[in-house]
Amino acid sequence: MIITKSKVPEKILEMTKPYKRIFIVGCGTCSTACQTGGEEQVKEMAERLGVKVIGKAVVESPCDLRLVKRDLGGSRQLLEEADALLILSCGAGAQALAEHTGKIIIPGLDTVFVGEIERIGRFYERCRACADCVIYETGGICPVVRCSKGLLNGPCGGMANGKCEASGHTRDCAWVLIYNALKKQGRLDLFAKFRPPMDRSKKAQPQEVVNR
Amino acid sequence: MPREAYSELMKAIAAGKFVFTGEIQPKKAAHFDDVIRVAKVLKGHVVACNVTDNPRAHAYLSSLSAAHIIQREVGMEAICQMTVRDRNRLALLSELLGAAALGIRNVLTMSGDHTSLSDNPGAMPVYDLDTAQFVYMVRRMVDEGVDLEGNKIEGKVKLHVGIVGNPNADPLEVELLKIERKLKVGADFMQTQVVFDVEKAKGFLRGVRGYPVPILLGILPCRSYGVAEFIAKNAPGMSVPEDFMEELRKAEEVEDNSRRKSRIEDVNVRYFADFIREVKRTTHASGIHIMAVGYEGVVKALVESVSK
Ligand code: SF4
Ligand code: SF4
Repeated sequence: MIITKSKVPEKILEMTKPYKRIFIVGCGTCSTACQTGGEEQVKEMAERLGVKVIGKAVVESPCDLRLVKRDLGGSRQLLEEADALLILSCGAGAQALAEHTGKIIIPGLDTVFVGEIERIGRFYERCRACADCVIYETGGICPVVRCSKGLLNGPCGGMANGKCEASGHTRDCAWVLIYNALKKQGRLDLFAKFRPPMDRSKKAQPQEVVNR
Repeated sequence: MPREAYSELMKAIAAGKFVFTGEIQPKKAAHFDDVIRVAKVLKGHVVACNVTDNPRAHAYLSSLSAAHIIQREVGMEAICQMTVRDRNRLALLSELLGAAALGIRNVLTMSGDHTSLSDNPGAMPVYDLDTAQFVYMVRRMVDEGVDLEGNKIEGKVKLHVGIVGNPNADPLEVELLKIERKLKVGADFMQTQVVFDVEKAKGFLRGVRGYPVPILLGILPCRSYGVAEFIAKNAPGMSVPEDFMEELRKAEEVEDNSRRKSRIEDVNVRYFADFIREVKRTTHASGIHIMAVGYEGVVKALVESVSK
């Protein structure tokens, strides 16, 4: 899931200020799950902005151009008339909408990470899309993003009582979690294994996957 | 076959001497005055001196430049600390080449305190390599004359690569496995984080017994009761023995300034001399790393008291 946070209202008001006709687009997938860009949040946002809002829609997945075309097909006229689009989705969705409409785009959310939802209000970063997944060797726990330093051969000297220095020793050190998981699985040899430097060129941005 | 010793530190260890190293912490300063002053205080009492690299992720005068200056101006051998926090593999390599070319022979690899502790907390933490990979890179440079990708380096790279161990780590087994990993990659020496409790130090040394690497235990003489109390309260996992704290507290009751200072020095020398004698007598440690930043004066008295 792509985890998003709502921008503060003042920030949104500042960006929407110059425009008279605004169309709001939400996201029916991740932002709905995060309660940042679902039907309800789109409706609330429309109420907050009042008369400026000439239309609104929730696209199943705004990051999928096919679904954008499908779900916004009926709003063509209103989108045409809008000065700007206020998007309640992740940055990928907002950009797909920019590409599709050519309109001025106002991001209403901040995209924070790829993560896991425990329940509403509890979201945890779990993957940085490093393009070289190692979690088979690390007990199903990602060292790239769950270790504050992204170390492949942890822990660092900042670990104390199983906790991580970067959190002021409040959050579990990922490498202690990895140790515990591997120990339970009887695979501690993988813990002691030396992992060579990552090939960062796999992450040269922007990445593309073009198969045909 | 043991590796060739390029530095005074490694030569002394190879000769079976029990060694002492000191520590210099450059400041946020555009001059070397303090660095040179402290190096002069330590000279003659320690075989080499660590030069810290932006501790607590605060940006200070560069460790490489300070390491060079103390070697050239004071004749004090440097152990140049280098973190992987602030430099990617290109910058690390280039810094190592500079160090080798300047005659620096000891490099201590560290991951570096996280930027969340920084005085510039908005900084980007790099961590392109971790310390095990950093050790691996130095090994390739020294042993094969190439960089990580196998590109040839001109001239022989004469560097010893050190690692840091933490006797206070809990769970300790995680720390020991990590150390083992780095030693297999090829670290030349290990210095430890501060340990006060001699039993804890001995326990740690037992844990790394099987590893054929010289180890220098880190100690931290305290210039005041406040320093000891701060460590006891704020350094996670580190315990400061009650009796040592109590003696410091009593020493601070002395009103006369210079008498008080000498009482405090006595307390430190007595405590750490006992510690060192016990380590020398019962363990395979190769020496002691004295982290007396801001309290360098004690080093001479301490080293002399255990060398008698
Ligand atoms: S190692 Fe971590 S960041 Fe990389 S792909 Fe796997 S989960 Fe994602
Ligand atoms: S304490 Fe653990 S999680 Fe935190 S930076 Fe160090 S190794 Fe990573």
